Amino acid sequence: MNRHILSVLVENQSGVLSRVSGLFSRRGYNIDSLSVGETENPKISRMTIVVQGDDHILEQIKKQLNKLIDVIKVAELDVHQSVFRELALIKVKTTMAARASIIEIVDIFRAKIVDVANDTLTVEMTGDEEKIEAFINIMAPYGIVEIVRTGLSAIERGNKEIKKYEED
Amino acid sequence: MKASEAIIKCLIEEKVNTVFGYPGGAIVSVYEALRKSKIHHVLVRHEQGAAHSASGYARVSGKTGVCITTSGPGATNLITGIASAYMDSIPLVVITGQVRSDMIGRDMFQEADITGATESFTKHSYLVKEANELPRIMKEAFYIAATGRPGPVLIDVPSDIQDARIDFVYPEWVDIRGYKPTLKGHIGQIKKAAKAIAESERPLIVAGGGVTLSHAEPELLSFVEKTGIPAAHTLMGKGALPSGNAHYVGMIGTHGFPEANAALSKSDLLIFIGARIADRTWGGASEKLLENTRIIHIDVDPAEIGKNVGTQIPVVGDAKQILLDLNEKVESKNTAGWISEIQSFKKSGTRKETQAVNPKYAIKLLSDMLSDEAILVADVGQNQLWAARNFEDRMGRKFLTSGGLGTMGYALPAAAGAKLAAPERQVVAVVGDGGFQMSMSELGTISANKMGIVILLFNNGRLGMVRELQDQVYKATSGVDLDKNPDFIKLCEAYGMKGMRVSRDAELEAAFQKALRSKGPFVVECMVDAHESTL
Ligand SMILES: Cc1ncc(C[n+]2csc(CCOP(=O)(O)OP(=O)(O)O)c2C)c(N)n1
Ligand SMILES: [Mg+2]
Repeated sequence: MNRHILSVLVENQSGVLSRVSGLFSRRGYNIDSLSVGETENPKISRMTIVVQGDDHILEQIKKQLNKLIDVIKVAELDVHQSVFRELALIKVKTTMAARASIIEIVDIFRAKIVDVANDTLTVEMTGDEEKIEAFINIMAPYGIVEIVRTGLSAIERGNKEIKKYEED
Repeated sequence: MKASEAIIKCLIEEKVNTVFGYPGGAIVSVYEALRKSKIHHVLVRHEQGAAHSASGYARVSGKTGVCITTSGPGATNLITGIASAYMDSIPLVVITGQVRSDMIGRDMFQEADITGATESFTKHSYLVKEANELPRIMKEAFYIAATGRPGPVLIDVPSDIQDARIDFVYPEWVDIRGYKPTLKGHIGQIKKAAKAIAESERPLIVAGGGVTLSHAEPELLSFVEKTGIPAAHTLMGKGALPSGNAHYVGMIGTHGFPEANAALSKSDLLIFIGARIADRTWGGASEKLLENTRIIHIDVDPAEIGKNVGTQIPVVGDAKQILLDLNEKVESKNTAGWISEIQSFKKSGTRKETQAVNPKYAIKLLSDMLSDEAILVADVGQNQLWAARNFEDRMGRKFLTSGGLGTMGYALPAAAGAKLAAPERQVVAVVGDGGFQMSMSELGTISANKMGIVILLFNNGRLGMVRELQDQVYKATSGVDLDKNPDFIKLCEAYGMKGMRVSRDAELEAAFQKALRSKGPFVVECMVDAHESTL
């Protein structure tokens, strides 16, 4: 099974998210993550959907998405030509003794501490998934209290725009 | 004007003159506007009937069928009808009332999330939030329902929105950026198809429901006659080519004809036109078959291409337009040997004499007695396949059935809708004793509107299709006896309809003559042996 990253332009209307997510569950497609937000045009939202599937499934996913009236454009992003980011907020248990070493790791990962309490630290980090996974693994021994992740957002490098993609 | 009046004005702009519906508290405002209009409202007896009637109406008129119901139970009762229309790509616009917009989400009396509930089997749906958007939404709904691959579109209108005042301007056109159906086939693909056809030795056309939906029957006929390629059809494609044509092969699929299925397996080039190549169509055909067969797949819905069967030459677009283009690029082929090979797979059935009515013979006989323009609406079950296999297709005839969802109870309301769309044509509903009782509430609609349809009821005292399946698999039956069936003739008489019970083949002709001469609705109840087989 291959992972694919789809960038989908949709009408910024209620019901769209339900239609898209409903499509995945009802047709049995595997979805790793879905993130959505407004674009430069407030009437249009952009979703980044990470899916798993072979070529046949991927083609069906694209076609079924395109069939939705509220879907304006579906593009598969080329992994080598795109930038991927995810934001994670990670709350870690700490003690006086452990705090310094956690801060050191946070620095190495270029993450940021956004909240400090007596017995926890909350770290904000952005990066691609591997980086976030790596950070989480290193934090695990300290004791992770909570994690929240946004799912991947992706955009192509250079002057490409998905609006201008030809339908395939 | 009130938005509810605007809804009716939109219907008039869309040249709708008949709607099927059932009122209730959340739609009274629209009904008041309806009362003042010239639109013919047909009061069904159950909302599912409204959707099926609208479907029958759409299939016969070629227009979009419209139904209107109230919120909550009125809307949820529509669901099976909407899903049936969706599976068969039938254009419907469904208008449902909804609770006040400021109350949505509080589980109000008769609140149901109908856009959510129908999400997976509507082509699109709207929950109207701004009264001023109604004209645009109505225009879009009719456009979406009827263009590209047709399907049902639902508009849920909260009651306060219906009462809001708006300035009515009906948009001249629609522009939906996410919806631009491809109609004209890619010329390069059409050339490839023509080349493959020229190279093939045993080509076979398989016509699906898309051929009749796009009114491409004449173009299909030219294609067949110009190339000489034999043509089979799916259940939904029945009627695409007249049975009398020398190239006619018949129905493929799990309940198709042996010669048609043999042709499918032996062909070196399959040309699917307006067919989604569903499991029941592909049926027994093996995976191995694909290794030696090339496939041309013509369909207006790109998502159907490659979904069930891999395709070497996809052509996306409207069947009629593609066939017009393709007809210019193809030449006559010598298919005489191939056609006689296909015919050699025909199994000649011997007519069995039974104590009861032979339903296959009954349909054959009726088919001969009906005019070329007759419409036959088949329900689901054995009766559906007896009808599909024995009703002769002629140019202009129509065969309607719930193919995709296989919905029992379809025939009576759909026949009513068909009759309203074409009052001058003969309309026959073929139905089993099970399916009859699922929709017999519509006898009220049929009778009240004096619809001169013939109901051919096959009474085998069983859910015959399931009985047969159980007999084959388990050698025993469970839950299929329709004990204490009512006296169907008396029941119909109670509705003011005429009827006749027939127990022997010899009595059929006289009964059909009487039925076809009758001005009002007429029921012919045929007593069928419980062990009669489907094929
Ligand atoms: C709404 C619905 N429920 C259940 C079924 C499953 N089913 C398919 S055929 C059939 C039997 C139909 O019986 P009847 O209407 O008497 O027709 P027959 O097969 O006897 O001709 C049943 C129950 C169905 N297709 N539709
Ligand atoms: Mg029966």
